[in-house]
Amino acid sequence: MIELSDYLMLSGILFAISIAGIFINRKNLIVLLMCIELMLLAVNTNFIAFSHFLGDMAGQVFVFFILTVAAAEAAIGLAILVVLFRSRRTIDVEDLDALKG
Amino acid sequence: MENVYLTIVLAPLLGSIIAGFFGGRIGRAGAHWVTILGVGLSCLLSLYVVVGFVRGTLRVFDGPVYTWMVSGGIQFEIGFLVDKLTALMMAVVTFVSLMVHIYTIGYMADDEHNWPKESLAGKNGYQRFFSYISLFTFSMLMLVMSNNFLQLFFGWEAVGLVSYLLIGFWSVRESAIFANLKAFLVNRVGDFGFILGIAAVAMYFQSLDYREVFAAAPQLANVQIPIWGDTHWSLMTVICVLLFIGAMGKSAQVPLHVWLPDSMEGPTPISALIHAATMVTAGIFMVARMSPLYELSETALSFVMIIGATTAFFMGLIGLVQNDIKRVVAYSTLSQLGYMITALGASAYAAGIFHLMTHAFFKALLFLAAGSVIIAMHHDQDIRNMGGLRKYLPITWITFLLGSLALIGFPGFSGFFSKDAIIEAVHLSQVSGAGYASVLLTLGVFITALYSFRLYFLVFHGRERMDEHTRHHLHETPAVVWVPLALLAVPSVVIGWLTVEAVLFGDWFKDVIMVAPHHDVLAQMGAGYHGQVGFVLHGLMAPPFWLAMGGLALAWYIYMMKPVIAGYLMVRFGVLYRILDGKYGFDQLNMALFAGGSRGLGKLFWKTGDQKIIDGTLINGSAHGVGWIAERLRCIQTGYLYHYAIAMILGLVVLLTVFVTF
Repeated sequence: MIELSDYLMLSGILFAISIAGIFINRKNLIVLLMCIELMLLAVNTNFIAFSHFLGDMAGQVFVFFILTVAAAEAAIGLAILVVLFRSRRTIDVEDLDALKG
Repeated sequence: MENVYLTIVLAPLLGSIIAGFFGGRIGRAGAHWVTILGVGLSCLLSLYVVVGFVRGTLRVFDGPVYTWMVSGGIQFEIGFLVDKLTALMMAVVTFVSLMVHIYTIGYMADDEHNWPKESLAGKNGYQRFFSYISLFTFSMLMLVMSNNFLQLFFGWEAVGLVSYLLIGFWSVRESAIFANLKAFLVNRVGDFGFILGIAAVAMYFQSLDYREVFAAAPQLANVQIPIWGDTHWSLMTVICVLLFIGAMGKSAQVPLHVWLPDSMEGPTPISALIHAATMVTAGIFMVARMSPLYELSETALSFVMIIGATTAFFMGLIGLVQNDIKRVVAYSTLSQLGYMITALGASAYAAGIFHLMTHAFFKALLFLAAGSVIIAMHHDQDIRNMGGLRKYLPITWITFLLGSLALIGFPGFSGFFSKDAIIEAVHLSQVSGAGYASVLLTLGVFITALYSFRLYFLVFHGRERMDEHTRHHLHETPAVVWVPLALLAVPSVVIGWLTVEAVLFGDWFKDVIMVAPHHDVLAQMGAGYHGQVGFVLHGLMAPPFWLAMGGLALAWYIYMMKPVIAGYLMVRFGVLYRILDGKYGFDQLNMALFAGGSRGLGKLFWKTGDQKIIDGTLINGSAHGVGWIAERLRCIQTGYLYHYAIAMILGLVVLLTVFVTF
């Protein structure tokens, strides 16, 4: 029998992986975007698990919202990435320091 | 009568406005005609008022003309008080002013030479000058005709302003600008006391109207007011001394006299009008007008008397060593003003006003005659370059001689009556300080005669010391110049004889000037008065006459017989000469202490207060502080996404920890 804690552990591991991905990775911007997606999925897993075990459908409704937002975000993120690459000829995270004070 | 009084005041103002604002359009002739007509109208009406008072057909007018404002229950009004004192002042002011207006046509005729070619201020300078002197007449009339303290103050400040404008009339001259600023600043000191005095009147009397204040004064005679901590002074003394400080500024009494000799930088007509005959007498008029207040304070009278006597004697001494023709007359003015002030201190207000009147005529005459000499000498004012002018300028010579005789108090001349009355009154006075004043005034007569005739002999007699070119061009000045001299010479000679009885011992000033019975020295003198002839004969036996003759004789001996003596004395009494030539060091003291002090203070505030503290620390300092902090903070802003991500996640962890734990 799969318990609630198993789901939570899975989503926790996914979340931790994605965080590690964000700040260990210093090269590729696409990996960063993927990590963010992964983070959202981890949260979604949490939502579904709780929804199932508490018998409350609202959690699953939220998942749809999050998926929609994630899709839109991925689309915009990739679009920005393309434009960025066109203008800078790089998507290297180390080189993108225009905000440096 | 209200319309007559309004016309007297407003006619010169109208003339001034027309000449001042439309000077370019009406031209030079237009400007002098319009102002002379204005002042002439005032003069005629003033004489009509005086005649009305003499005949008894006119009654005292005291009433408001216009309510300016009402504040805190006090009415601020523009109003006239025309009684015999006012009428006398109006006649003197307008008459002298009219003479000066006429004289100015001649004196300022070639004023263009005094300005650089490209100077804009010199354009229409002639019209501007007429506008100013007419404005002065208006201001002075407002001052003397006022029936309340506020209008008095208005006139007081207005004459000060016009004086400032006229001293600096030749505004391209460094010395003129210095002199007018000095006059203005010194007068500010006096005016500060004056306005404090008025404020004290408003505070304790709840009114600024003369009639109400004078009526309420006896009830407040014994009021003591706290000055500082537990020190209490009599209210009357405080008010009178403060008002008198104003008079010291305007009437140039020690130590606020320093501006008057310097004011000779202005054109000669205004030296005659403002700095000899009228404006400087405002202080004397004011004290006489306030006699109901001054009579209540023995301390103030004493103070007035001592200041006056000091001025009368010590300023006369300086006149002995001056070499500028106008400055000798200026120091003589200071000395004579001192005489008037001393008379006021002795409660002989009538004598003070009487001397004011006679002095106005003969001093205006002396100044205008000096101006005539200056015109003839092509604006050389140094008496060491003159001499023997008698045969070149016969009319100027005779009028100057008459003026000088009046000044030294030659028996029968106007100055004799007024000065003798003052000396006698001070001699009889019981106010403390009267002994000191009496001695100084009596000695002052000798000094007056000495400097007057030193000037006279050096200018009109003796060797001709001017250069050949000037001598060649010497001739009598035109009629517009000498006619006023002649017209002024008449009252200089006869006015004393004609009016002494009415003004000093008669009832001319009854009900106008209030004198406490135990102060009334003029009444004592009046008991022994038996007509002008008796007065003259009595004067012939008194020391002042012999002192005057002694001074005259000494001047004649030194400057006509043995000119070497003057040089010898100068060397022999070198220390004394240097003290006198340095004017007792008042100028140096003022320059070092007050001018230097305030400049130093200003520099301190500027450099330390403004530049260092406000600009350096507060304004630029706060900007620098922000910059410094930002410089440190910008290091956090790396621009790398993963740094921001770490920051966000760490923040999240911290927040979660906080929420979960607490």
